[in-house]
Amino acid sequence: MSHDCGSCALNPQRLEVVAGGYDYVVAVAGNPNTGKSTVFNALTGLRQRSGNWPGTTVTRAEGGYRFNGHGYKVVDLPGVYSLRSATGEEDVARDFLQHGTPDVTVVVVDATRLERNLNLVLQILQVTDKVVVALNLVDEAERHGITVDTRHLARELGVPVTATAARRGRGITELQESIDLVARGKVASRGRRLRLDDLSEDEVVVAFFAEAGRIARSSITVDGRARLTVDRMLDRALTHRVWGFVVMGLLFFGVFWFTITGAAVPSDFLYRLLVQDGHVLVRELLSGAPWWITGLVADGIYLGTAWVIAVMLPPMAIFFPLFTLLEDFGYLPRVAFNLDRLFASAGAHGKQSLSMMMGYGCNAAGVTATRIIDSPRERMIAIVTNNFSICNGRWPTLILMGTVFIGTLVPPALAGLVAAGSVVLVAVLGIVTTLVVSWGLSKTVLRGATSVYSLELPPYRPPQVLRTIYTSVIDRTLKVLWRAIVMAAPAGAVIWLIGNVSVDGSSIAAHVSHGLDPLGLALGLNGIILLAYLVAIPANEIIIPTILMLTMTLGPIQYGVSSGVMLELADTETGSVLVQAGGWTVLTAINLMLFSMLHNPCSTTILTIWKETRSLKWTTTATLLPLALAFGVTFATAGLARLAGWA
Amino acid sequence: MTLDQLPRAAGALVTSLDSSGAERLRLMDLGLLPGTEIRADLTSPLGDPTAYLICGSLIVLRRSQARSIHVELVKT
Repeated sequence: MSHDCGSCALNPQRLEVVAGGYDYVVAVAGNPNTGKSTVFNALTGLRQRSGNWPGTTVTRAEGGYRFNGHGYKVVDLPGVYSLRSATGEEDVARDFLQHGTPDVTVVVVDATRLERNLNLVLQILQVTDKVVVALNLVDEAERHGITVDTRHLARELGVPVTATAARRGRGITELQESIDLVARGKVASRGRRLRLDDLSEDEVVVAFFAEAGRIARSSITVDGRARLTVDRMLDRALTHRVWGFVVMGLLFFGVFWFTITGAAVPSDFLYRLLVQDGHVLVRELLSGAPWWITGLVADGIYLGTAWVIAVMLPPMAIFFPLFTLLEDFGYLPRVAFNLDRLFASAGAHGKQSLSMMMGYGCNAAGVTATRIIDSPRERMIAIVTNNFSICNGRWPTLILMGTVFIGTLVPPALAGLVAAGSVVLVAVLGIVTTLVVSWGLSKTVLRGATSVYSLELPPYRPPQVLRTIYTSVIDRTLKVLWRAIVMAAPAGAVIWLIGNVSVDGSSIAAHVSHGLDPLGLALGLNGIILLAYLVAIPANEIIIPTILMLTMTLGPIQYGVSSGVMLELADTETGSVLVQAGGWTVLTAINLMLFSMLHNPCSTTILTIWKETRSLKWTTTATLLPLALAFGVTFATAGLARLAGWA
Repeated sequence: MTLDQLPRAAGALVTSLDSSGAERLRLMDLGLLPGTEIRADLTSPLGDPTAYLICGSLIVLRRSQARSIHVELVKT
């Protein structure tokens, strides 16, 4: 008997799951690190609708498949240890199981750690009988010398148990068969329920664990060691006092090197295709239109969008899959473990090191990644400070300033080294700022908020390289394109408009930048830079092209550049334009680097902070605190430099 | 003794928890119940926290948390 409750107005309990086109809803639950997402992926194939940033299962990923003529909608719930705890993830899982009333709940269980996992199974069986247990990682269990008697286990639990090795695709058809039988009511499943009346809260927990332990012991036979020697040796090395940090440094250097060198060729290609050729083409297509339509559409909207795609897409498509691979392998939690004390002394969580790292790719992704921090206080600290991780959109500004202004202060032989050193120094200052601001927040506004610390070091597992690359590239491409359209296109339009709409004989850009000049100069910058940061809030990628365009059209020396059209120049030309037309000094460059590192997050990130916190107060704090810091710090450095007579 | 004093690689049994509220709930969900076997397995290179082997999983606890967990050594 098939039904379609999602489209039925009489069933408001189905939460937001729209079951249109599906006959049954299947929830996938389980402890963290049980390969739950792998089971979800194996069930749904590649038709997964929402992908994840590394470090986090999005609140509820959804996908679907067809089996035996029925459509199944699959919902991946966050990994939890229990349905009882007070943190957000547990709430999402419990609410869905209790009020979302899925037709079948698949509980993914790690065969190597049965006792711990059965605890959750028993808790879920208190809520629903329509359960299928996916005994996952049986291949890993075999390697550990653990054998599980699935028939005995099924008898004990009162629900079907299917052995799977989702990574190899083993047992997935059998799992779909079990789901089908339970969904259609063809299996009389009567889950084991514990009598919990009259028990205290502590006694309830003890009762669950005792029963889980009993069932686990009666179902498994072990003829090997509990933990693999390879895992232990890896852990000894990766958390070693010396080697732990050496490996960490090398891996992150490797990720950045791979991202920068790997992105160079595709970025150049996209730049030529979209920015150069594409721009000419769009102008030609619009050749019959009035000048202002050509300008607004081709020079403004199109160019802004194309620019962001060319700069942003390739590094994002390389950076994030690399982190996903490190995560799948099990390395990232070790980083949190190694660095925890540093963050603990700032009142923060070691996992903040991971959301910080994501921030180096994209702050919006970094803010989303803070979901791995399950204590609200530490998570808020991580959200507010993520901005100080210099995102991919800001690196080009730093590298250009370092190359054009800092590297040229020393003999040519040392220029490259000094330029790179200056960029690294700003990045390190970003880390210091993160820790100092975290400390400040934890001592003031976030003091005394409750906090629960937990971190698990999962076993090392071989990552699924091809799948990760495939889904990451598709996912990243879609996200980047969406952002480019929603954010960069309007910014491009605004940039063209302020350059071309005149009031009292000069452009809006000229008026605003003159108005901002006193403030800009006090900060060691200028009005044009502040104006560029104002219009480029949606996309940091277009800061430099906008500054160059504004400097060349508004500056004292007139170049043959049309107003409102962003542009890029070779490094040496950039230097001479900024110095001659813009009046830039080394102080301007240094303060621009500091301002770039500190200033407010981009609009995508602000929007993400709002989505994650749903708090106007914290979204405002996360936006204005960095801006205030940027003003304060650049004001101080400019003042100092002028006092000392350097500028 | 409390868990933070447990020498590395020595086995112990949890006897009681001092903490309360959400922290206590979380620790219990992680398997820290009276009678559970526990072993200090890895210490962070910065000296704190420590990863403990509990029910087959490596669970990381900070020293301040470990101090609230009472254990007794088991001879193996």
